[in-house]
Formats: sequence, structure tokens, C-alpha cells
Amino acid sequence: MTQTAHSTTKDFKRSLWGAVLIGIGIMAGVDEIIFHQVLSWHHFYDRSTPEIGLLTDGLLHAAELIVIVAGFFVLLDLRRSNALHQPKAWAGFFMGAGGFQLFDGLVDHKALKLHQIRYNVPDLLPYDLSWNIAGLIILLIGIICNSKANKNLQATTQTA
Amino acid sequence: MYLLQCSYVLQPHSKEHHHGSFVFLLLISIIFALYVVAAFSLNLAGKKWGNWKTCSFISGCILVAIALSPTMLDYAHHDFRGHMIQHLLLGMLAPVALVLGAPVTLAIRTVPHQASKALSSLLNSTFFHFLSHPVTAFLLNIGGMYALYLTPLYNNLHNSAALHYAVHFHFLAAGYLFTWSIIGPDPAPRRPKLFTRLLVLFLSVAAHAFLSKFMYAYAYPKNSLHSEAEIKEAAKIMYYGGDIIELLIIIAVFTIWYNKKGKPYYSFHKEKKYRAGSCLGVQQHSSAAKG
Repeated sequence: MTQTAHSTTKDFKRSLWGAVLIGIGIMAGVDEIIFHQVLSWHHFYDRSTPEIGLLTDGLLHAAELIVIVAGFFVLLDLRRSNALHQPKAWAGFFMGAGGFQLFDGLVDHKALKLHQIRYNVPDLLPYDLSWNIAGLIILLIGIICNSKANKNLQATTQTA
Repeated sequence: MYLLQCSYVLQPHSKEHHHGSFVFLLLISIIFALYVVAAFSLNLAGKKWGNWKTCSFISGCILVAIALSPTMLDYAHHDFRGHMIQHLLLGMLAPVALVLGAPVTLAIRTVPHQASKALSSLLNSTFFHFLSHPVTAFLLNIGGMYALYLTPLYNNLHNSAALHYAVHFHFLAAGYLFTWSIIGPDPAPRRPKLFTRLLVLFLSVAAHAFLSKFMYAYAYPKNSLHSEAEIKEAAKIMYYGGDIIELLIIIAVFTIWYNKKGKPYYSFHKEKKYRAGSCLGVQQHSSAAKG
């Protein structure tokens, strides 16, 4: 019992995945707060979408609330037992945030057509492009952070 | 016609409302007094009872009292937004505060030995296990809400004071049962594991969000005396208010998980933490091992 408690070994997998949860939750929250409420580009409810859109929206919203709290508590728990690996956690955060943004842009907006980013604009393409490219950049930052963290890890294990 | 309906609906009611309101307020005052006396006597006997729990329970009682005060009842009666605020207080926020006060734990620790044994065996019974299962509680809680707003039930509230009070009671009782089944600071050796509870909570949050948006979009309840704009405003209150309270519930669930998980690690502080947390001796251990 005490071995697990005071060991200094980091839990890389959980550090990564806990932060992925936070990234997804934060990005979903940003979408909801900035685009739904502040800019009201797309709305509380778009009448053009069918009931199934409302239902999936509700499910997404519920998942977002739970996921963000769960992520924070997973990291808190790791930090308490000194098992949090911060570089991995940052990598996970960016991967989660970018991955969600891209998923939202490609699957929700384009494949399922739940809602569009903005209505009544002559050309939607610039919005879609900037949305998805932003998502891709954040995702790439996460992937680069992750591979850097992995290289550092290998280096430290080799010297040790 | 509209005026006629209004006067028919509103006038015979206001008096009855106040009578019923005082009965409710008296009941909640008695429960409040019992809790405070029990917590005080426990502290007097040298056994610790957390101040946070007492504060939480007291706030819960105050919230119920606000929700059922004559002023609130009048507001809720005339205005759908008032009804919605009342529903949020009674069915969601007050239950969270009351549940976190752990009144069942307090009862087990303060009532005479035989009564506490009877209470424990009731909590262990199959019937209670079934009733307090998150899925049952979810169906009672959310099902009641769907039935109220999507069927003509809401409009019938105005014709019967008894029905009106039954609905208030259902909101509070089902809200408490659901919150208890998810957060559950009280001992329940057969409580489902964390994943099940989170899954049901997830469905509940989604069902609540869906219902409020559905009401917003299609102006439910239908054929009520409220204007569409008023219903939309109320649906927004339901959506955002419900959200904040659900976030509180999620944080409470994970805080309890975090504290329980920390116990074996923090063996040095265990005694201190154990006293600060819910202390129930053997029963707490068994539920901690399960949950």
C-alpha cells in the first residue's frame, strides 16, 4: 500500500488521458460560450435542425460537463500521489482540444450537418476552413508536445 | 374568454395556497429543528459531526422554505418563469444541499440503538435498493418532469390544489432520491458503482437539456395561460439553471470519489480525515470498498 502511495513513478498514460478529457471539455465549453452565447452565430436552438439534433446536442452537452470535471479530478488524484507527468498532460490537453475542434468541424458541421458555424453569410468556406485549420494546428501542437515528452523520457531512462 | 379563464383559475386558489404553504413550512421547520438538535447532541456527546454538513442541510431547508413561501407560490402561480425558478429550487438545488447534509447518517448515529438497527436494515432491504437505484430514481425524477410539461397535466394543476401540492412534493422527493442515489454520502452497502452512477447522471443531464430545448422550440406546455415569450424565457432558466446545479452534482460525486480514494494513501492523516468526513465505522468501510 505504501509503495504505491509514495512511489515517484509517473503515470504517463493517465496524465495524458486525464488532460485529453479536460481539453475536450474546455473546447466544447469555448464553442458553447463564445459561438452560441457571445457571438450567437449559431443558436440555443436552430429551428432548421431536426429533433435528433436537439437530442445529440443534449448528449454532447452532458458529456462535456462530466468529462471536464472527471479530467480535473483524475489529474488532481495523480498529483496527490505525485504521479502527474506535466509534459504528457499538456500534450494531452492540446490533443483533446484540437481533436474535438476538428471532430466538431468535420463530423458535426459537415457529415451530420447539425448546425453550421454561421448563417446568412455569402460563403461559408472561409469559416469552415479557419475552424478546421485552427483545430488541426492545436492538434499538431499536442502531437509535437507528446513526441517531445516521449523523447525526453527515453533520454532520461537511457542516462539512468 | 381569456379573462374569464384567468379569474376562474386564479381566484379560488390564492387562499388555499397560503394554508398549504404554512403546513409545508411547519413540516420543514420540524425537520430542520430535529437535524440541528441531533447534530448538537452528537457534538455534546464528544462525537464529531461536521459543521459543513450542518450548514449544507440548513441551507437546504432555507431553500425549500423560499420555494414554498406564499410570495413564491403567488409568483409561480401567475408566471411560468416563477414556476421554473420554484422547480429548480425545490427539485434540484435544495435536494443537493439536503443530501450533502447526510441526514440519514445523522439519524443512524443519534436515534436509539434499536431504531438505528431498523433503519439500517431498511437501507439494506431489496425494496429500498430497488427504489433508490439510480435508474429508478432517474425515471421518477425526469419522468415526472416530462409528464408535467408535455402532457395536459400542467394545465390541470390550476384546477386542484391537492394536485398542485402533490406535484411540489414529487419534485422535492424525486429530486432528493435522485441526488441521493448519485451522490450518496449516506451508507448504502449495495450502492451501484461509480461508473453506473455517472452514466445515469449523464443521461439525466442530457434529458434535462433536451426537455428544456424542446419546450423552448415548441412552446410546451401547450394550451397554457402563458405566452410563448414567457415559456421561452422559462425554458432558458430551466436550461441554464439546471446546468449549474448539475455541475455542482458532478463536482460533489467526484469530490467524494477523491476523498475515498485518498484514504489508503493518506494513512498518516487518516484519523483526522476520517473524522472530518462521514464517519460510520464498519458500514462506511464496506461502502467505501464497494463504491
